[in-house]
Amino acid sequence: MRQVITAMNRKLLRDLWNIKGQLVAIIFVMASGIMSFVLSFGVIDSLELGRDVYYDRYEFADVWASAKRVPEGVKEQIAEINGVAQIETRVTFGATVQVEGMDVPASGRILSYPDEREPLLDKLYLKSGRLLNPDEEDAILASEAFVVAHGFTLGDHIDMVINGKKRSLKIVGIALSPEYVYSLGPGALFPDDKRFGVFWMSRRALEAAVNMDGAFNNVALRLSRDANVEEVKAELDRILKQYGGLISFDRSEQMSNWYVENELTQLKTTGTITPIIFLCVAAFLVNVVMTRQVATQRVQIGMLKAVGYSNAELAAHYLKMVMVVVVIGSLLGLAGGVWLGSGLLNIYSQFFRFPYLHYTYSVDIMILSVGFCAAAATAGTWIAMKQAADLPPAEAMRPEAPTEFKETILERLDIDKFFSFLSRIVLRQLERRPIRAFFSAIGVGFALAILVFANSMTDSMNYMMDVQYNIGNRETILLGFVEPRAISALEEIRLMPGVMKVEPLRDIPVLLKHGHLSKRTGISGIRPDPDLHRVLDQSLKPVDVSGGGLVMSRKLAELLGAKVGDMIDVDVLEERRPQLSLPIAAVYDEFVGIGAYMDIDRLNSLLNEGPVVTGAALMTDPNWNGPLYQNIKDVPAIISMAIMVRMREIFEQMMDENMMRMMAVYIIFAGVIAFGVIYNTARIAFSERSRELAALRVLGLTKGEVAYILFGELGFVVMVAIPMGLLIGYGLCAGMVASLDTELFRMPLYIKNDTYAYAVIVVLISALISFYLVWRQVDKIDLVAAQKGVE
Amino acid sequence: MPDFKGQGANPAMLDAVNDKNMVFKTDAITKQYGMGDLTVHALRGVTLEVPRGELVVLLGPSGSGKSTFLNIIGGLDQPTSGDVHFEGHALADMTDRELTYFRREHVGFVFQSYNLVPSLTALENVELITDIAENPMPAKEALEIVKLKDRLNHFPSQLSGGEQQRVAIARAIAKRPEVMLCDEPTGALDSETGILVLEALQNVNHTYGTTTIIITHNAAIANVADRVIYFADGQVAKVVKNDHPKDIHEIGW
Repeated sequence: MRQVITAMNRKLLRDLWNIKGQLVAIIFVMASGIMSFVLSFGVIDSLELGRDVYYDRYEFADVWASAKRVPEGVKEQIAEINGVAQIETRVTFGATVQVEGMDVPASGRILSYPDEREPLLDKLYLKSGRLLNPDEEDAILASEAFVVAHGFTLGDHIDMVINGKKRSLKIVGIALSPEYVYSLGPGALFPDDKRFGVFWMSRRALEAAVNMDGAFNNVALRLSRDANVEEVKAELDRILKQYGGLISFDRSEQMSNWYVENELTQLKTTGTITPIIFLCVAAFLVNVVMTRQVATQRVQIGMLKAVGYSNAELAAHYLKMVMVVVVIGSLLGLAGGVWLGSGLLNIYSQFFRFPYLHYTYSVDIMILSVGFCAAAATAGTWIAMKQAADLPPAEAMRPEAPTEFKETILERLDIDKFFSFLSRIVLRQLERRPIRAFFSAIGVGFALAILVFANSMTDSMNYMMDVQYNIGNRETILLGFVEPRAISALEEIRLMPGVMKVEPLRDIPVLLKHGHLSKRTGISGIRPDPDLHRVLDQSLKPVDVSGGGLVMSRKLAELLGAKVGDMIDVDVLEERRPQLSLPIAAVYDEFVGIGAYMDIDRLNSLLNEGPVVTGAALMTDPNWNGPLYQNIKDVPAIISMAIMVRMREIFEQMMDENMMRMMAVYIIFAGVIAFGVIYNTARIAFSERSRELAALRVLGLTKGEVAYILFGELGFVVMVAIPMGLLIGYGLCAGMVASLDTELFRMPLYIKNDTYAYAVIVVLISALISFYLVWRQVDKIDLVAAQKGVE
Repeated sequence: MPDFKGQGANPAMLDAVNDKNMVFKTDAITKQYGMGDLTVHALRGVTLEVPRGELVVLLGPSGSGKSTFLNIIGGLDQPTSGDVHFEGHALADMTDRELTYFRREHVGFVFQSYNLVPSLTALENVELITDIAENPMPAKEALEIVKLKDRLNHFPSQLSGGEQQRVAIARAIAKRPEVMLCDEPTGALDSETGILVLEALQNVNHTYGTTTIIITHNAAIANVADRVIYFADGQVAKVVKNDHPKDIHEIGW
């Protein structure tokens, strides 16, 4: 009599129902692993695709160069450079932006917009409003970030000082440009959308405003596919030199793109390593749990073999059990991954201002993550099944033979008398099943480790900012001057309200070259013993710049392939463009940026100038901020003012918006995985021991004593797991920190005690809840049924 | 330690039965467990023949090798040396697949600890077998034979020990096996329940002519058997043929 649902399948369904709590836990562990994988890769793929499409459709240029004033006719000369496919000349000018109610000064960059045609390169994506009409004088297009930061709308007027003349300009359109996905104001380390905006004006109107008729001061090039970028740049520099040209740069040095790439790299690193760790941990845990789940069915497997079920039929039976977990876990993981991923991408779209950002997911990633988990679960089940099925059925059906008697460590050390009877039972159990205890502990340990890991990223980031903005740089404000000034200018600043201390800075833009490697950066001349603007290495010791040579961050040295003692060619990218050759005096580990420093006096003398400064570090009294800012605004020679508190805020926001969003999701996953594992460990320990515990109850032990034996064992496992997990967590963090290495920043390995404590507390609470749930089972042990031999 | 070697070097010779009527023939089977000092000689050369249709009782103290013998002829375990033939086929020559088939189609097992699947009802426990056997009887019919037709939908935990054991017997007979191998089927039961279980076994033996081998500690049960094989120290001590087996209800427990 064959039935649609065979007895075996009914057994499967009821067995699954009986362990539903544990199944739900395993399914969530697995789903979390898959989810984090699918969501991370989905977000990264989508962002990369969004960038590529943007750059491609809006003709993001390949090479840019600025000069003082180039007659339009030179355009033909540039167009003839071998490898140039497209050329766009522009006029661009800095402006001071006056926004009502804003105490700190804001600045802007105005770019020309061709009259009567679209730009050929670095086209604009019009978000709202309209493009400019030819010769329209008082209208501008404004960058979305600035508009949003200030709450402007179409039709609003912005007051600007352009070339010394105050203008009131009407916003007619809000635009995005591939050239300014991120926009950095002068002297700023990070984009500050409130204090810096990008604007576009009719070419002829702008030419008139800044006296650039028939000339341009900025050029963007598109290169042909086979062009040699370096040769084109060299040729372009040669042509522009007589027009006051600065060194040209390609995409890798373009500020906005540099940020985009750095952010994406950083996101890719965390977004790749973390889900891989999670997926491995989830797979390992699913494997362990499934192995033990099947192992509890050993007697039944023996019986089924005895009555004539073949190994293949049994394998199919238990694989169906895994498949239920795999299928539900995968569907949940995939659906959750796509859902969370598109939500997260939405958040990123406010950060990376790409006009086209659609959630894409790769089927490969999905198959890979599901396949990985499925394989792990299947392998676990298979191994356990095989172990039971390989035994002669007669043996499998017997309850596992009592393990060979051996003295435990307690007895060998003769300290057993110090332990209670119950404790000795617990310890013997542990000692006789060390591998099982070990795997349980590893499982719980990994759960704890990923909790530590997920939280530590925030710690490292905060520490890094502390070092950068509180411990190292003690100034409250960094000022930048339009052009080099005599050091006496600092006296004027010292007299401003609230200023307590002033320190000179001499910054020069440079191209550092070593062999065939080069890097555009800046050299900062600082005092050998600064009080404010200090450079700290990673052990928080001030870096000594008194030696006369260059002191540079390890990352910069790496980029140049140079080491201490090597001579570096320095092309100064200023007025007279002198070329220097300086030795690397020291290399230090810096968290942020790729800086180079030297003694300010030595720098001055190398440049054949007197005591000259380009900026100042100020220590100020925050109570005087208002009057001070007003004072600074009124000094035309000051082009930039970086407020350290604000910098830190922006940086924090940047981190928060970018990497930390993903981390927040990971922290939740880590919690789910931790609970799932601990709950399963407790449940399985109970089902493995329920018969024995019932026997002890029959012998007269109280529920409390029985619980002590069960939870004593589990408690021990958790106690072993905690230090193990902390160590593994530390290791994971160290690995992550080592691989998070961009030009923008390097992460310090710094884990707060709070993070460890948080992880331990989550594990302990999970353990307590699990113990409580299992305790309810202990409570229900049916003494009579247990002795009847019914499982 | 008593030496039984002289008494029954070849117990099969005690009565001359035609080979074709033998369901099982074993030849000097031995079984050792463990290694070195800890080696246990569970069987020390057992040569036996079991005739078709008989109800055979294996008697002997704990550790005398009865269970090991039963497991080996049932294809649940391999002998260390010696041969086992089932209806002329050597079990040792069978592949794993053939052994599985042998157990599935020809052997009905009844274990002391019942070994029912706790998550299946009485009926479903029997269906575990009727789902895979080639020519099974309806599961309900098997349960009727053991007088459990009003307990079909009870789970093992809702059944008494005797009832559970009868479900196990129903499970064993449902495949219409050639042989029933029962390892202390009444070991965990009180006398009244035990009688019900034995009655079910005897009934199957009489009705279907199924060769039935029962291990027991209870010498009284020997009275219902056609043949009693005494085990001691891993060997066959003696074989006693009972020409007038009693009905189960006639014996004292």
